[in-house]
Amino acid sequence: MSQKLSRIIKNACESCGNDRNRLMDIVTAIQKECGAVTLEAMDIIAKELNVQRVDVESVVSFYSFLSKEEKGKVVIRICNDVVDILKGAEDVAKVFSETLGIEIGQTAADGSISLEYTPCIGLSDQAPAVLINDVAITNLTVDKAKSIANDLKNGVLPESLTKECGDGNNANDLVKSMVKNNIIKKGSVIFAERQSEAGLEKAITMSPSDVISLIKASKVRGRGGAGFPTGMKWEFTRAAKGDKKYVVCNADEGEPGTFKDRVLLTEKFDMLCEGMAIGGYCIGSDSGIIYLRGEYAYLKAFLEKKLSQRKEVGLLGANICGKDGFNFDIRIQIGAGAYICGEETALISSCEGLRGDPKTRPPFPAQKGYLASPTTVNNVETFCSIAKILEKDAAWYSAIGTKGSTGTKILSISGDCSNPGIYEYDFGVKVSDMLKDAGAEDTKAVLIGGPSGQLIGKTDFNRIICYDDLATGGSIVIFNSYRNILEIVKSYLEFFVEESCGYCTPCRTGNVLLLNKIEEILEGKGEPSDIKYLEDLCSTVKVTSRCGLGQTSPNPVLTSIKNFREVYDAVLKLNEDGRQPTFDIKASLEVAEALQGRKSVIY
Amino acid sequence: MDKTITFKIDGVDVKGFPGQTIMEAADAAGVYIPRLCYLKDLTPHGSCRVCTIKVDGRAQAACTQPIAEGVEVENNTAELNEKRRDIIDMFFVEGNHFCMFCEKSGNCELQAMAYRLGICAPKYPFQFPDCSLDATHPDLFIDRNRCILCGRCVNASKVIDEKSVFEFVGRGAAKKIAVNADTLAGTNMAVSDKAAGVCPVGAIIKKRVGFEVPVGKRLYDTEPIGSDIEAKQ
Repeated sequence: MSQKLSRIIKNACESCGNDRNRLMDIVTAIQKECGAVTLEAMDIIAKELNVQRVDVESVVSFYSFLSKEEKGKVVIRICNDVVDILKGAEDVAKVFSETLGIEIGQTAADGSISLEYTPCIGLSDQAPAVLINDVAITNLTVDKAKSIANDLKNGVLPESLTKECGDGNNANDLVKSMVKNNIIKKGSVIFAERQSEAGLEKAITMSPSDVISLIKASKVRGRGGAGFPTGMKWEFTRAAKGDKKYVVCNADEGEPGTFKDRVLLTEKFDMLCEGMAIGGYCIGSDSGIIYLRGEYAYLKAFLEKKLSQRKEVGLLGANICGKDGFNFDIRIQIGAGAYICGEETALISSCEGLRGDPKTRPPFPAQKGYLASPTTVNNVETFCSIAKILEKDAAWYSAIGTKGSTGTKILSISGDCSNPGIYEYDFGVKVSDMLKDAGAEDTKAVLIGGPSGQLIGKTDFNRIICYDDLATGGSIVIFNSYRNILEIVKSYLEFFVEESCGYCTPCRTGNVLLLNKIEEILEGKGEPSDIKYLEDLCSTVKVTSRCGLGQTSPNPVLTSIKNFREVYDAVLKLNEDGRQPTFDIKASLEVAEALQGRKSVIY
Repeated sequence: MDKTITFKIDGVDVKGFPGQTIMEAADAAGVYIPRLCYLKDLTPHGSCRVCTIKVDGRAQAACTQPIAEGVEVENNTAELNEKRRDIIDMFFVEGNHFCMFCEKSGNCELQAMAYRLGICAPKYPFQFPDCSLDATHPDLFIDRNRCILCGRCVNASKVIDEKSVFEFVGRGAAKKIAVNADTLAGTNMAVSDKAAGVCPVGAIIKKRVGFEVPVGKRLYDTEPIGSDIEAKQ
């Protein structure tokens, strides 16, 4: 066994050139083949890569798809995102658990199957969904779950569970997934008819700085949600000193409720590569990396094939489009289940084979990013937009949308509505119009931008989607009047507690404390002063946290207090005896009463 | 080093040199910015967030933020000290800290910072985590109940001792310090290592010397933490 393990590891390390920076690929391969990266395996990896075992352990212990203890040959990951729970994920989980005879979080005694929960897997439009190894199973019901669980018990391979493929490239031989695209509204930028590669072909007739000027003139801003002007980012990266520069695509969409990049990767991958090559041309880089979230591993073989096809026709590799000296290649870096890696510096850490800890800023990635070289990190949708902007021109693009938010925005709409899916709107769309298109009725609350965004109520439905009003990376989750706001807040806090990297104190512990308090309130132990307690704690976490995760994780609490105060007021009451509601005098006296051997006279 | 950069901390001019952080320039000028994970000569970690200041209104960590000409830094304000108290409170409840029988008491930077900021009792509920102890090494022990995840031992061992005895494992609230073997005794850690003497709390303790200096005569028993820096003014 040990010899076999040693051989597997040596192969994995060698295929990555024994490069320490490729540790993510190495441990992912070992996890896949061996079901674990054990301490013994870590020892061998450490020797092969000339690092310490604890360095490997540090990385493996960070990512939820990697584990020191052996997992089952089949790992069932049930998505427990809020939307999935609304659609019955807990019933599905119960059926899996009962049929397989294992609890959530456990592995069957014979090592065949593991069952666990996982946060949003990017399938909120076809929830409840699960990942069985890399295979996505969508729109589950209790009956379907039971039949799948029985199939797996009888040794059916996960790959054979897909009976009917989804539309578009989901049916491609290398994907063969039941996932559907659900593209409901096509807009004028991303999903419009276009001449492929026209943007790249035009870019190379211009000087790189002219291309950057054009992008600046289009006023396109980052689609991940933060909205930094892309042209400016590329200008900084171009100007930064460094022999080697990198173009990185953030395809780690992990914000609960977002799934637009899944569809762009499936259907618009060439447009993405075109945008990345334009990026390489602009900043003077010959290397691109696509950081693909581990949940989308089912797309990896397909995307790699597309990359090699592009290479064959001269759209990647040396002298692209026949332009002498314009070299650009792309590799895919797979993630392993960590929301924080969507933060650009954490993503870079992960690409370097490290824990997904955000880096200290300054220096910013434009100065010192991947392997300390100038790096631009942009969203999938941003790169696609750039390809179209070059194909058309800056004026055409900036005429779409609003003054401060040009172009279109792809929204992933899910939750309580009849048409969940992908919508490409011009920036400036009104929430009420969006709700109408999605077939949402009896809407009580809408989460704009996922849990790190804002939870709004009816009075805000006349507001618009744009960077200056309701900003969003694309996640829109709809809740009807039957939903419990406090339960929703609790679920999202559980998500942030699970996904905090733990580097800085306020995010690591502040989020746990916020969750503690919300749980207390839900248990009926809340009192009016809890509002101030929550607001103060939220403020500390927001102001002092090191990165965007902690700076936004209190938003579900803050925006629900702001927009749904009545929900809190209904349950926050002073105790009639004047004591804190969390203090149970009878329970507190139990130990003393037992010692005394008599009951308290007063209580 | 010929160019001087001038900026303000709480309205008072402070001078520094290019490449300095706000923490370094403030220390040199005798202005104390509360901190926990920062230790001179180690790579700033920027994790505890106690040194959070505002630079032209924007929150930053003083230990990692470079100085810049003309910026206005807020440090000793009611708002920031309240946030610092919150963070110190978080440390006390996320670990298991029993100062009354900890051999570090009086020399502990966490305890001293709580006193300096005027904390009498934590306002958050105790989490009472289940933490492990490692007393296998002949000269040192690790008590993870007291660890504040500052990263000083990790950095000192890696950069100064060139040993990489320590590293973080796990994430979120489950994050903890690990050693490069099954136990500390299995590593090449020596009591003379820099990493053995940098812990701000009682998480890495040298055996048999814990009470050499009696309580009452310890580092922070008579003067608040930061007094040495303020004395430079």
